Formats: sequence, C-alpha cells, structure tokens
Amino acid sequence: MRAKRAWCAALVACASLFAPCSVAAQETPQALRQEIDQLRRDFETLKQQYGDRLTALESKLAAAEGTPPAAPETPAAAAAPGAPAQPPAQPTAQVPPGAEGAGGPSGSLPVYGAGTAGSKVFNPDMAVIGDFLGAVGRNRVNPSPSLEMHEAEASFQAVVDPYARADFFVAFGEEGVELEEGFITFTTLPGGLLTKVGKTRAAFGKVNTMHNHILPWTDRPLVATNLLGGEEGLTDAGISVARLIPNPWIFLEATGQIYRGDSSDVFTAAKPGQVSVVGHLRGYHDLTESANIDLGFSYARGHNASGLAVDDLSGTQTTNLYGVDATVRWRPLRRSIYRSFVGRSEVIWSRREQPGGLQSANGFYVSGDYQFARRWFAGVRGDRSGRAADASLTDSGQSFSLTFWPSEFSQLRGQYRRTKYALGPTANELLFQFLFSIGAHGAHPF
Amino acid sequence: MGSMKFFFGILLATLTSVPAAAQGKLTVITTTEDLAAIAREVGGDRITVEAIAKGYQDPHFVEAKPSFIVKLQKADILIVVGRELEIGWLPPLIQQSRNAKVQVGGEGYLDASLHATILEIPAGQVTRAMGDVHPQGNPHYWLDPENGKKIAKDIADKLSERRPNDRAAFEKGLAAFTARVDEGEKRWLAAMAPYKGTKVVTYHRSFPNFAARFGLDIIGYVEPKPGIPPSPQHTLDLIAEMKRQNVKLVLIEPYFDSKTPNSIGRSTGAEVIVMPPSVGGVKETPDYIALFDYDVKLLVDAIKRAGAK
Repeated sequence: MRAKRAWCAALVACASLFAPCSVAAQETPQALRQEIDQLRRDFETLKQQYGDRLTALESKLAAAEGTPPAAPETPAAAAAPGAPAQPPAQPTAQVPPGAEGAGGPSGSLPVYGAGTAGSKVFNPDMAVIGDFLGAVGRNRVNPSPSLEMHEAEASFQAVVDPYARADFFVAFGEEGVELEEGFITFTTLPGGLLTKVGKTRAAFGKVNTMHNHILPWTDRPLVATNLLGGEEGLTDAGISVARLIPNPWIFLEATGQIYRGDSSDVFTAAKPGQVSVVGHLRGYHDLTESANIDLGFSYARGHNASGLAVDDLSGTQTTNLYGVDATVRWRPLRRSIYRSFVGRSEVIWSRREQPGGLQSANGFYVSGDYQFARRWFAGVRGDRSGRAADASLTDSGQSFSLTFWPSEFSQLRGQYRRTKYALGPTANELLFQFLFSIGAHGAHPF
Repeated sequence: MGSMKFFFGILLATLTSVPAAAQGKLTVITTTEDLAAIAREVGGDRITVEAIAKGYQDPHFVEAKPSFIVKLQKADILIVVGRELEIGWLPPLIQQSRNAKVQVGGEGYLDASLHATILEIPAGQVTRAMGDVHPQGNPHYWLDPENGKKIAKDIADKLSERRPNDRAAFEKGLAAFTARVDEGEKRWLAAMAPYKGTKVVTYHRSFPNFAARFGLDIIGYVEPKPGIPPSPQHTLDLIAEMKRQNVKLVLIEPYFDSKTPNSIGRSTGAEVIVMPPSVGGVKETPDYIALFDYDVKLLVDAIKRAGAK
C-alpha cells in the first residue's frame, strides 16, 4: 500500500517537473519520442532511488517494531510550533517520501484532531439557557417552590442539507428531560410552503408559541394555564404547513397543522387517527418605520379526555378552541437600543364537550412592556380566565414586572403577582427569575 | 381513491405553478444601506436594490419584522455584511423567506466580507467575558475605501453570475465606481494626511478600518466591552487616560446615547462628534463616496477646531 503511494507521488512529481518541457517538445514527433525516452530513463532512475529508500525504511521500521515505541517528543512536534503537546494516543501519519533527511522530520507525524476535525465543522449551533425561579409569598392553590432550577433548555440547530434545516430544543427540568420541540423545516419547497415535520409548539396565538425564556413574564398568563395546557401548552407531534398569501397591502400568512391529538391535558386521542388540527392566520403591517401591528386568528380542534371514563362516550368528546391575538410594537429606529414598547393581548374561547354537558369557558390577558433604558424594562399584565372543565369558575390576576439585562446573554426579572382564585384565598407573590444563556448567539425574539 | 388523485392533482398544480424566473431586473436585497449603495453603483438600472436596516439604526439590533420576510421572498440576491453582524436578526428572516436562492450558500447569497480586509480577528480563546465579541473579526470593514472596491468587485461578480447577459454593464458600473473611489481616496488621504496619528476615542468598535486607512489612533472606547453600556468606573478610567494622552475627540455613532460621551467631553475638554458609520446615517450621506466626504470633512473640521494634532 505504502509502496503504491510512493509510486503515485513519484509519478506526480515527474509529471509536474517535466510538464513545461513536454509542451515545448510537441513540435515534431521525433523530438517527442526523444523526450519520452528521456522521461523513461529519468523515471527508471527515480524508481531505483525510491526502491532503495523504501527498502532502507522498511528495515528501519522492522527494527523499530522490536523496541518499545518512542516518546512522542520527536522532531515532528517541533515541526508545528505553538501546537499543544500531543497525547501519546494521537493517530499518526508517515513522513511523506522524500521529505526525510536534510533536517526534515523523520518517523511518525502526529495528525492533529484527525477523525474529528472534519465532523466538528458540521456540528450544530448549540446553546443552553438556564431558567432559575424563586418565589416569596403565599399561594395555597398553585404554590411555587421557593427556589427552583426550573429548566435548562439545550438547543441544537443546523442545516440538514440543501433542502432543510433541523432544530431541537431539549428541556431539562426538575421532573426530567423532555423534548420541547424537535423538527425539520423544509425551507425551500416550491409554492412558498414552509413545512415543518416533528414535535412543535402549535401556532395557536402568541404565548403558546413562545419558549419560557422568550416570555416577557416569569410565568404564563392564567388563560394559557386554564385553557391551553399551561407551560407545555399545545405541543405535539405533527406536520405544519405555512404559506404567505401574496397581496399588495400587508404580510399575511396562513398556517395549517395536523397533530397526533395528544397535547397536555387539552387534547387526548382515545385511538390512533383522532388527530387534532390547528389553523392560524397572521396579519402584520408596518404602521410607520417604528410602529407595527400584528394580528392573529387561531383555531384548534381535538378530542378530550373527558369521555374516557364513560364507556359509550369514549373518544367522542371534542374540544374546540378559538383565539384572537393582537400585538402592537413601537421601537424608534434611531434609538432602537434604548426605547421600545410592546403591547399584547390574547382572547381565547374554549368549547369543551363533557359527559355533564358543554363547558364554554373563555379568558384573556392584556399586557404592556416598556423599555425605559438600554437594559431596563417595566411591565404590567392583567389576567382573567375561566376553567376549561368548569366554566363557572373564573380566576383573575394582576402582575407588575421589572426586568434588567446585564448583557444580551443574561436577564434578571422580578414580578409581583396577585391572583384571585375562584376557589381558595387570594395569593400575593413576589416571583424572581434569572435567565442565562451560553453558546451560539440566538436570534433576538420578535 | 378518487380523493387521493384529487389531492395529488392539487399538490402537483401547487408545485408546478411557480412562475418562471423572469429575465427582468434582478431584485437585490442588502442588509445595510452601505451594501445597497455599492450594489446600486455597480448594477445601475439593471437591478433594483433595497436595504433592510436603515443607516441611522444600529445594525446589530434590527428587528426581524415579517415585512422583511416578504422582501426576502422576492429577492434574487441577498448581500450580507457577514462576520456575524446580522446574527441576531437575519437567520429567522432567511429561514422564513421560502426562497432557496437566498439561503446561506444558495446561488443568490453573497457574503460581502469574503475578500475584504478584516481587522480585529481575535486570536486565542474567545469568550463572552469579552462582551459581544465577533469571533470572525470586526464587521465594520466597509469603512475602508479599499474594502469598498473589493465589495463592489464581489457584487459585480455575483450579479454577472446571475445575469451573464448584463456582464458588460456590471463591469462598466464596477469600473466607474472603482475610479470614483480611487479619486475620492486621494482626496480623503490628502485631507487627513496633516493629522496622521490624531488620538481619538470612539463609542463602539465601529471605526478600526477607517482609522487604519486614514491614520487615526483610537486609544479607547466609551463602551467598556463591545455591546456593554458604559460603566462609571470605565468612564472614569477613560477620562483619566484621555487627559494623560491629551485626546480631544470623541466619535460616536448616531444611534448611541450621547449622555456619557458628553460628560466625558465636559471632563476632558474633548469635542464629541456624531460620525455616521453608514450610508444614510445622516441625510448628507446618500451614497458611499458621500459618506467618506462627509466623515472626512467632519473630522478635519473638528481636529482643526480642537487643535488636537
């Protein structure tokens, strides 16, 4: 094998050495023949030289094999100044033929990062976001731990091939590990279809699509907790297709999603085939270069778990969800890093069939977040929501928050929350959050 | 079975209904106004150009507005500054553009930094303890006219690649732009020559290429670290250093708050000037040549006033 490689090298060397001559000698066939003869002679000489050198090398190698392996501190290490000391287990390569002697290295050369160097290039962008929560105060209905490493979200994102990219978000929480989202996105399908396949957060409204670290609060609003399955929300395995609807006036995007039918406590498929569907229409318009408005209409339908206990109702009870969301943003471009305002609201209606009759619950939140300095934000939120399984019970709450960003990569938030539960005493709590991220620079949320 | 056929029929119709690429003007979208200005000079009337970020806005913090998705969807060519300048906002726009041409590595994607001279490429371990550092070097490289010519060459090549029929027009545009820059560069270098070595402080690390080309000596920054707002201790240290070295100029970008620079100016007697790093940063800088004309005049006038040589 080695001999063969040496031959190849010799051939290439000869060819490149004599290439200019052979071009010049193309004038007469005779000259060409002479040239070829000369080449052949030179080649034979080289062959002889290499053969001798190889024999010498082989005998040297045979002798070396009998002795313990040499320490890695060979002259080869000096050939790469500044390179870190190589561990003895490093894979090695042979010194190229002809490079030996004349002060050049001899023996084995270390190959730096062999086997991994190529694959590292294609490693996905990785990041980990830590979400630490603290709570002070009294809440008898839904108490929060006083201190909690709530979640560590690891993300892995990369391009799969010329047609698709993949995104994985794995959440490590106190209750274990969960795939928060994991999907492939076909970015370049014809017809302007943006297609996602995998486990995704459903495109129902705004809050449901947000990961914890994107939220402008330490918690999720009551309407998300009561009607959309809380923190996990409408998240399921399925297929999502989104298309822009071309028109001269606004950005308009229609999204259709089909899921297995198991999302938190909202949807439960009694048998395969009881899929849930989600539809979303989003309109966006720039009012000025600094202000814009974002409107959304959402619909979701799937089977719920309420019929499972009753034999003849099993798999027949459905839940229909309707949502309207509106977001108003203001950020003056000339002072974009110092001032901004985001106003949000969502209204959600739930129509849940149950053995006891249809439960029609609804809820909403309204919030505003104002950035008053480069690193400071103040926010306020009002909440109100019925409960999906018992619409006669309504919870309501108010929150005030203050957020500080030491840098783009960490965030400190305090939130005062007052919650008036339908059953049980009113809760007054002071919630704290510390968010910190390492790794690849993520996109700023919009 | 019939419904299946119908479904596939619809699918087929959807897939084949993509309009064939018209041989009209190339639609070029750039991330910044500087790249748009250069592309406009090279492409002339054979292309339409639009920038996403405005020249008076911090290019690190542009919002990924859905209206930009619509622009990218229609783009034949996307030209980016690169070196992670747009990392906080461009990737989601590209992903949602539904446009194969402008995906990273796509036929219409051009990273303008590939042949430019890039400064401040960090050596050794890079960590965020250094602030929001750009591991691939300083992305404000367009502020050197030599790099402007290299960017223009790359743009001309990309335009010719996508529209071989218009190659001659693009080459002509490139030659005309290069000649204008050469002529301007002589003018700017001559104007700045007497003030070579003038010591200045800048807000962010936006001007290393400009300083290297025109002989400014940047001795410090208002920001303690890239992307980190000024801290009291750093400001005090900077004031002391400026006094020690007798620095009489503070350059700030239009999108930064002037409160801290002004207080530094009051403490040191230095003049604070708002120097646009981008085309469109102020209304007097509508194109690439005008940007340098404006910045050089601004500097020379300020240096003369301050006697800060």
